[in-house]
Amino acid sequence: MKVKVLCRNPDDYVRETSRDIQRVPRNYDPTLHPFEVPREYTRALNATKLDRIFAKPFVASLDGHRDGVNCIAKHVKSLSTVLSGACDGQVKIWNLSRRECLRTIQAHEGFVRGICSRFCGTSFFTVGDDKTIKQWSMEAPGCGVREEPLTTILGKAVYTGIDHHQSEGTFATCGQTVDIWDEQKSSPIRSFSWGVDSFSCVRYNPVETELLASCASDRSIILYDMRESTPLKKVVMQLRSNTLCWNPMEAYNFTCANEDYNLYTYDMRRLDAPVTVHMDHVSAVLDVDYSPTGREFVSASFDKTVRIFPKHSGHSREVYHTKRMQHVICVRWSADNKYILSGSDEMNIRIWKANASEKLGVLTSREKAAIHYNQKLKEKFQHHPQVKRIARHRHLPRDIFKQKRELREMKEARRRKEQNVRKHSKPGSVPLVTEKEKHVVTVVE
Amino acid sequence: MDSSQRKRGKMAAVLVDEDEEELSPDEENIISASEDEEDSDDDRKHTKLLEAISSLGGKRKRMQAERSEASLQISEFSVNADGAGEKVELSDLLGSVEKTPGAPNKTKKQLKNLQNSKETLELPLSRQQTEKIQRSVAYERSSKEVSRWESVITQNQKAEQIIFPLKQETAGPKRVEQVVAGWKAQTPLEQQIFSLLHSNHQPITDPVLTPMEEASIRAMSLEEAKIRRAELQKARALQSYYEAKARREKKIKSKKYHKVQKKAKRKEFLKQFDEMMKTDPAAALEELKKMELSRMEERMSLKHQNSGKWAKTKAIMAKYDDSARKAMQQQLELNKELTQKLIVPSDDDDEGNGDDEASALPDFVNEPESADGSVNPWMRGKLSSEGREVTADPDTTTTEEPASSQRREEEQDQEEEEEENEEEQLLRHFETKRKLRQDEEDDLVPVAQEKEDGAQEDARETARDVQEEEEEEEEEDEEEEEQEEVVSEFNALFNRLMKRTRTPTEPPPPGKASRPQEAELAHEEEGLLDEGLVRARTMEDLEALVHDGTVEETAVSVSHAASVDTASEPHSKKKKKEIDPSEVLTKDANVIKVPLAPTLVEGDEGEEEEGPSAQMSIIKEAFAGDDVISDFLKDKKKQEEAGQPKVVDLTLPGWGEWGGVGLKPSRYKRRKFRLKPPPAAPRKDQKLPAVIISEKRNSSIALHQVSQLPFPFQDSTQFETCIRSPVGQTWNTQNTVKKLTAPKVVTKLGSIIEPLKKEDLLPEEKSAGALKKRPQIVLEEKGGNAGKRGGGARRAQQQKRKKKK
Repeated sequence: MKVKVLCRNPDDYVRETSRDIQRVPRNYDPTLHPFEVPREYTRALNATKLDRIFAKPFVASLDGHRDGVNCIAKHVKSLSTVLSGACDGQVKIWNLSRRECLRTIQAHEGFVRGICSRFCGTSFFTVGDDKTIKQWSMEAPGCGVREEPLTTILGKAVYTGIDHHQSEGTFATCGQTVDIWDEQKSSPIRSFSWGVDSFSCVRYNPVETELLASCASDRSIILYDMRESTPLKKVVMQLRSNTLCWNPMEAYNFTCANEDYNLYTYDMRRLDAPVTVHMDHVSAVLDVDYSPTGREFVSASFDKTVRIFPKHSGHSREVYHTKRMQHVICVRWSADNKYILSGSDEMNIRIWKANASEKLGVLTSREKAAIHYNQKLKEKFQHHPQVKRIARHRHLPRDIFKQKRELREMKEARRRKEQNVRKHSKPGSVPLVTEKEKHVVTVVE
Repeated sequence: MDSSQRKRGKMAAVLVDEDEEELSPDEENIISASEDEEDSDDDRKHTKLLEAISSLGGKRKRMQAERSEASLQISEFSVNADGAGEKVELSDLLGSVEKTPGAPNKTKKQLKNLQNSKETLELPLSRQQTEKIQRSVAYERSSKEVSRWESVITQNQKAEQIIFPLKQETAGPKRVEQVVAGWKAQTPLEQQIFSLLHSNHQPITDPVLTPMEEASIRAMSLEEAKIRRAELQKARALQSYYEAKARREKKIKSKKYHKVQKKAKRKEFLKQFDEMMKTDPAAALEELKKMELSRMEERMSLKHQNSGKWAKTKAIMAKYDDSARKAMQQQLELNKELTQKLIVPSDDDDEGNGDDEASALPDFVNEPESADGSVNPWMRGKLSSEGREVTADPDTTTTEEPASSQRREEEQDQEEEEEENEEEQLLRHFETKRKLRQDEEDDLVPVAQEKEDGAQEDARETARDVQEEEEEEEEEDEEEEEQEEVVSEFNALFNRLMKRTRTPTEPPPPGKASRPQEAELAHEEEGLLDEGLVRARTMEDLEALVHDGTVEETAVSVSHAASVDTASEPHSKKKKKEIDPSEVLTKDANVIKVPLAPTLVEGDEGEEEEGPSAQMSIIKEAFAGDDVISDFLKDKKKQEEAGQPKVVDLTLPGWGEWGGVGLKPSRYKRRKFRLKPPPAAPRKDQKLPAVIISEKRNSSIALHQVSQLPFPFQDSTQFETCIRSPVGQTWNTQNTVKKLTAPKVVTKLGSIIEPLKKEDLLPEEKSAGALKKRPQIVLEEKGGNAGKRGGGARRAQQQKRKKKK
């Protein structure tokens, strides 16, 4: 007699280990899974909503300074260490993971204008209003020993900014001139001036480490090569640039924060017009810093907000503000691309998430997969009106909102007027000037 | 002359003067003494004296001048030579030049021309101008330097996925030698050994590579290195198989086997020799000489003379045994052959065997690899087509020839040949590939190779079937097959690697990745944030937000919605086809069969029989009040009526005639003022009994529809296909989902992302940088090229800008 028995291959349903997830046999026949677009659309919509609901970017606030925070520097080798200098000459070293101040140094009399850490991470430099450059050890002195700088250089004029070379023992300061210093010498090994009386910022190029750029008070941005005896080129803009930052992944691009509420990304090989104009702030932009991946940058503004811009986009993707945050003076993007640090007038340093709704900490692989899927869905359906509307909604304080509206109206009026002028004048006599070309006055060789 | 030099000259003169002054009294004495002694005074001496005296007089003034600051006395512009009339002029200097025979004529000529020319030199450029020139040169240089990064940057931008930090250390434990740096050789023996190792550039610690190897590895990318390793592995494996085979063959005792082999070899040799005669007569002569020598040896020896032990026994047997006789005959024939003059080569078996082996061994295993080939042509194809023919041949011959006694022999022969063939082909193949790589061309696809493989396998199998009788050989064969399998595994590995290398080079899908940034900017208003005073913190808030937004939006978008709607609703088009109403419901709908758990469990078997009818009755009972079909028809009628154009009645009662309760306007008026609209176009569902087609815009759906073609897409079909292909796990396998949802940028938790380093530049760019250190001529050439390139880039940029405008 023949006996028929139902038989299954255990390989199809038995897990390899007990920790494995249960096997779910699936049939991918499309007729069994209809309505794929509507279902995915709903998922995308839900993902977007959840994204906005969980968008809580503010992580912590570090308080302890007794005056406005004027400058922040990242530690080169340690993610959890941050240095900050205040307007009363105090420098504090913070531990981010514990959110506490490790050390306080009365570094200068008057403002601490600039701070930067050495490439090896063992010491850092500060410049202040008392015309000195001081080098400090990163390690705290023993108990009962006074904080003393390792070296002090007394200069002739006030230094307004400092930056250290990426891999050598040289650094650059700016003040009345841009000076290149050797760490071993007490006088600059090179000093550049080009008919300008003061500079506000100098930054080394992190990729092509011999290049520098500085913002001058005559509304110009000047490029230098450390090996040359003369500056390279300068571009004069309509208003002054406050700071600039080189893209760490693109050797020739840098972004400057301008007084005219905009940021400009330049290609240093073509200075006649910026590559992109980034608009959204409603007051002067005071600081800018690139994310270490070079894809985005963060800007701090006098309008009490911090904004994040994709490097190619003309508008911000994110705006951060809190009730108590005053004029944001300095901002930095952490070296692991996860956090943003902002120092503001009201003596606090704030830690923000770079990605507002990101879940912090270690994720399981399934969590990760879900996040990636949701991300992809959001990207796929980003053009659908409801998704778009939700994803782009941001809250703004009333005064900034009003200011923004006002600015928009002004801009519109200006545009209308220009149109009218063009309409009523001889054709060709009022040329069309693009937004990019508008802000550059000249390029001086 | 430089002013400082001048100063120095004057100082020297002054010093000499001082010396003279000190000496002068003695000198006078001496001179006077000499005067006393001999009266034959030279005029020369006299004049010298005079000079000394005169210089004494004029010196005081100069002494004073010397004391003061030298630089104040010497003007920069007029040479203030000491002593009147002692001004050095150009003619003085040139005069001496003309007298010296050593000076070349050319310089003399030049100097003359210089003397005659009256032109004034041009003024040197002003400081501002020189600085400007310096600046522009420096800027050019640095911008050129920076442009080297362009390829790296675009590569990073276009990458499907980029993982930060860019340079990741390999996971896993490190070797002790890498971690511990401070170890030193201490005992004298150690020191000796290490000095020896150092002097030979050998690695000091055992597993570490030699500097040359390291350099070669560094020169290759990871992918290349992998391919190379696999290749080397394969070659090594093949070599070892070949060696094993040779060893095995050597051990075989079967005389027949060796005989056959010898024969084959001889044949081969003859062939070669013939060829050699044509191509290389000198070598052929050499061969001939060798042959002669072997003939001599043969004649000297007693081999094949039928004088050995074996021959004697055979001779005894020969009377009765035919085969023995035959064997003796053969022996004698062989002798004859061997001792024949010329042409027929000797066969000293063992030596020849060894030689052949050595020559057949592939030597490319040890050949250095040229690292320049980016793609390994190894994978591009497999055995050449000749190889297949050769291997296929034995098959046909065996089937065609039915001869019984010779057959086995022949088969053996062929089998041997074949075995050899396969391996040699592979090896040959390696070599050809190697050459191919050097040429770095050819685009054979691995698919063809697989086919060939299959063919070979078949041939081998049939051949094997025939010679099953010999057991020992069979065993060997099996072994071989195993080896073959390993080899084929290698092949598979190659194919996989090859595919992997291919995929990234494929053109990116027509999507966002390849879009220029400029176009993106054009649509940047899309990226604007919706900033407002409303905080959205809960799901409800977000819902409300959507409705607020969409209400406004619909008002705006309705105007152009009609045009775009067709684009965003691709399905509606399909419905418009005319269908004969009678055929509509004849075909069954595509029923989805889903295994469902039984929802109803019935107790009795008796009831099960009348199950369907009972169920029907139950359903009827449940939906007693519902008449779905008539409802649908009513609906449709309503829709149709609503769609009909209505008659407009414009009659005004009481206008031009009496009005009031109970009075109607006259018929004439009613006819005149009732406007009958033209009949509506026939409805699309007129002939479709079971369908309602509504052509009104449904605002509830419109809320979810895209009203404008979004930026990176060029037409609606593109966008639709993009939307229509699902991403989720419900529709795709796990691997596909993983691939589809891979994020573009991955960062590692808690690791510092360093900026790009100079070492990240591509090797070719590095070499370009190294070129700069060559002589100036080369540099200028390069500079010119680079300048052109830069110009091209600028032009491209300008064009882009134009487009944007």
